[in-house]
Amino acid sequence: MQKKAAKKEMIKEASSEISIKKLELTANKIRQDIIKMLFAANSGHTAGPLGMVEIFTALYFKILKHDPKNPKLEDRDRLILSNGHICPVQYACMANSGYFPEKELLTLRKINTRLQGHPNRLDLPGLENSSGPLAQGSSIAAGIALAAKMDRKDYTVFCLMSDGEHQEGQIWEALMFAGNKKLNNFIGIIDRNNIQIDGYVEDIMSIEPLRQKLEAFNCNVYEMNGNDMKEVVVTLENVLKNRNKTTRPSIIIAKTVPGKGISFMENKYEWHGRPPKKEEAEAALKELQAEREIIINKR
Amino acid sequence: MLNKDLHLVDDLSKAEKAATRDGFGKGLLELGEKNKDVVGLCADLKESVRMNWFAEKYPERYIAVGVAEQNLAGVAAGLAFAGKIPFASSFSVFSPGRNWDQLRVSICYSKANVKLCSSHAGLTVGEDGATHQALEDIAITRVLPNLVVIVPSDALETKKATIAIAKYQGPVYMRFSREKTLVYTTEQTPFEIGKALVLKEGNDATVIACGIMVAEVLKAAEVLEKEGISVEVINNHTIKPIDVETIINSVKKTKAVVTAEEHQKTGGLRGAVLELLAEYDVMAVSGYVAVEDKFGESGTSVELLEKYGLTAADIVEEVKKVVKKK
Repeated sequence: MQKKAAKKEMIKEASSEISIKKLELTANKIRQDIIKMLFAANSGHTAGPLGMVEIFTALYFKILKHDPKNPKLEDRDRLILSNGHICPVQYACMANSGYFPEKELLTLRKINTRLQGHPNRLDLPGLENSSGPLAQGSSIAAGIALAAKMDRKDYTVFCLMSDGEHQEGQIWEALMFAGNKKLNNFIGIIDRNNIQIDGYVEDIMSIEPLRQKLEAFNCNVYEMNGNDMKEVVVTLENVLKNRNKTTRPSIIIAKTVPGKGISFMENKYEWHGRPPKKEEAEAALKELQAEREIIINKR
Repeated sequence: MLNKDLHLVDDLSKAEKAATRDGFGKGLLELGEKNKDVVGLCADLKESVRMNWFAEKYPERYIAVGVAEQNLAGVAAGLAFAGKIPFASSFSVFSPGRNWDQLRVSICYSKANVKLCSSHAGLTVGEDGATHQALEDIAITRVLPNLVVIVPSDALETKKATIAIAKYQGPVYMRFSREKTLVYTTEQTPFEIGKALVLKEGNDATVIACGIMVAEVLKAAEVLEKEGISVEVINNHTIKPIDVETIINSVKKTKAVVTAEEHQKTGGLRGAVLELLAEYDVMAVSGYVAVEDKFGESGTSVELLEKYGLTAADIVEEVKKVVKKK
C-alpha cells in the first residue's frame, strides 16, 4: 500500500516541460496516422503498434536525447526496436518529430518505399537497426551499450521488445550478457500485451513468471501501465534517474492493451497481423477523433 | 613453373607447417596494435581459435560472450554500429551454423562491419567427428548479399587476410582450420580481397582451390607435370566476390576445370566456379575434389582426408579423368 501511495505521489509531482496533455494529443495523432498507414498499405500489424503509442510518443517527444535533423548525432540515445513488426508506430513518431515528411507515411510497405514492412536501417536515416526476426535487437542493443561503456560515453540504449519474443532463446542470451557486463545503460521495455500471432501468449507458451526470470538474469525490473502517458513518462524518468545508481540493466514490463484506442480492436489477437478494411479504418478514425476532443477539453 | 611474381616457396618438401588459425591469431594481434577500434569477441573458444593472444595483450578490448553464438553475432553487430571493428569467432559449425539468421539480418542486411572469423573448418578437425566438421559453411554464407567470403590457403595468407579484412568496410566471413598445413607462400606473396592468384601456369587443365587444398593441388601439379600434363593452379581464396577475370581467362584457355575444396561438393567453391562458367558461356569439361554429400567422422586429419578423397593423389586422378574427357 505504501508503495502504491508513493508511486501516486511521484506521478502527481511529475514535472515536465512538455505537458502530459500535449503528449496525449501527439499520441492521438500517432494513432490516427497508424490507422491511415495500415489502411493505405493494406497489410501489416495493427494491434501491437497501437498498444505501444504512449511509450514511443514519450520516447520520441520527451525522453530521448536525439536530433531528427541530425540522425547521426554523436552521443544520441539509441532506440533499438527488436520486434520490428510494430514499426508503423516508430515510423509515425519519426515523421511527426521531423525525421522525414509525414506524407511519406502512406508509402508504408509499398514498392520503392523507405518504410519497409520490417525496418531497414540502410533505407531510413534515424533507424538504428534492421529487424524482423525476433530477439535480434536485444543482442544489438547490448553490443551498442557495451561499446558506450568501452568508449566512456553516457548515452542510453533503449531496447523495445515484445512479450512473445521472450520465447526466443536469443533474448535470454542477450539479457545474460547485459547483466554479466554490468550494462546499466541498457534499458529494456517489454510490451506485455499478451498476444502473439497464434493466440494469447499465456496460452501458446507462457513466459511467466517474467519478473522473476528477469531478476534472475540480474536485471532491475520495473512495471508500468504502458498506456497511461503520465505513468510512462514518470517511470522512464525514474529509471533514467536510477540508472547510474546501479550496475544492472533495467527492464520495464509495460502492460499494454493491444489495439489500444479502438474499441473493436482492443485485446483481440486477431488484430495482431492484419490491417483495417475501409469501414473499419473509418470507424477507428472516428473513435480517435472523439478521443481527441476529450483530451482537448479535459483539465 | 611457379609464378615468380608471387614469391612462393620453391621446394614444397622444404616448406614449414603451421595452422591457418595461428595466422589468424597473429594477424589479430598485429591489428590490436595498429587499430584501437578492433575488438575481439569469442564464444568460449578463444584458445582454440587463437584469439587468446589478442585477449591477453588487449584484455580491455576482448569480450567473452560465453556459449551463445546468436548473441555473439548480434553483439558484434551492435559494436559495429557504434564504430568498432568486431572480430567475432567460434568454430565454423557453430558460427555461421547456429547464427545464420543473425548473420543474415543483423550483419549482412544491416551492412554491419563485422568480421565473422571461424576456425576448425572441414574434416581436418579430426577426432571430434562429424558434428564439429564444417562442410557446409561456404554454401550457406556465399548466398548472403553484402557478405565477403574468404578461405585463406595457409597460415601466412590467413594473417594477411585478417589484416586486409579489418581495412575493408563491410561484413566478412572467413573460415580457417585447426590442423598444421604447408606454408607455401612467403611474406612477399601478395594478398588482395577478391583477387585470385595464378600460382602456376599450365595449358591442359585449370585446378581452382581454396583453403588447405591449395597446397595439395601444388603437390598434385608436380606429379602431373612429370606425367606430361600441364596444370594451371589457381588459389581462389575469395569465394565472394569471385575473381571473374582470372577464372574465365584460365578456363577459356584450358577448357578443363577441376575444383578442390574441403567442403561438400555442392554449394561451395565448385558451385561458385560452375555458376560463373555457365553465366559467361564458357564451355569446359569439369571435375571436382570435395566431400560426396556425406557427413564426416572421427579419425586423424590425414586418415580422414584419405578416406574422403581429399589428397593430392585424388586431385591427380581427377585431373587425368577430366583431361581425358576433352
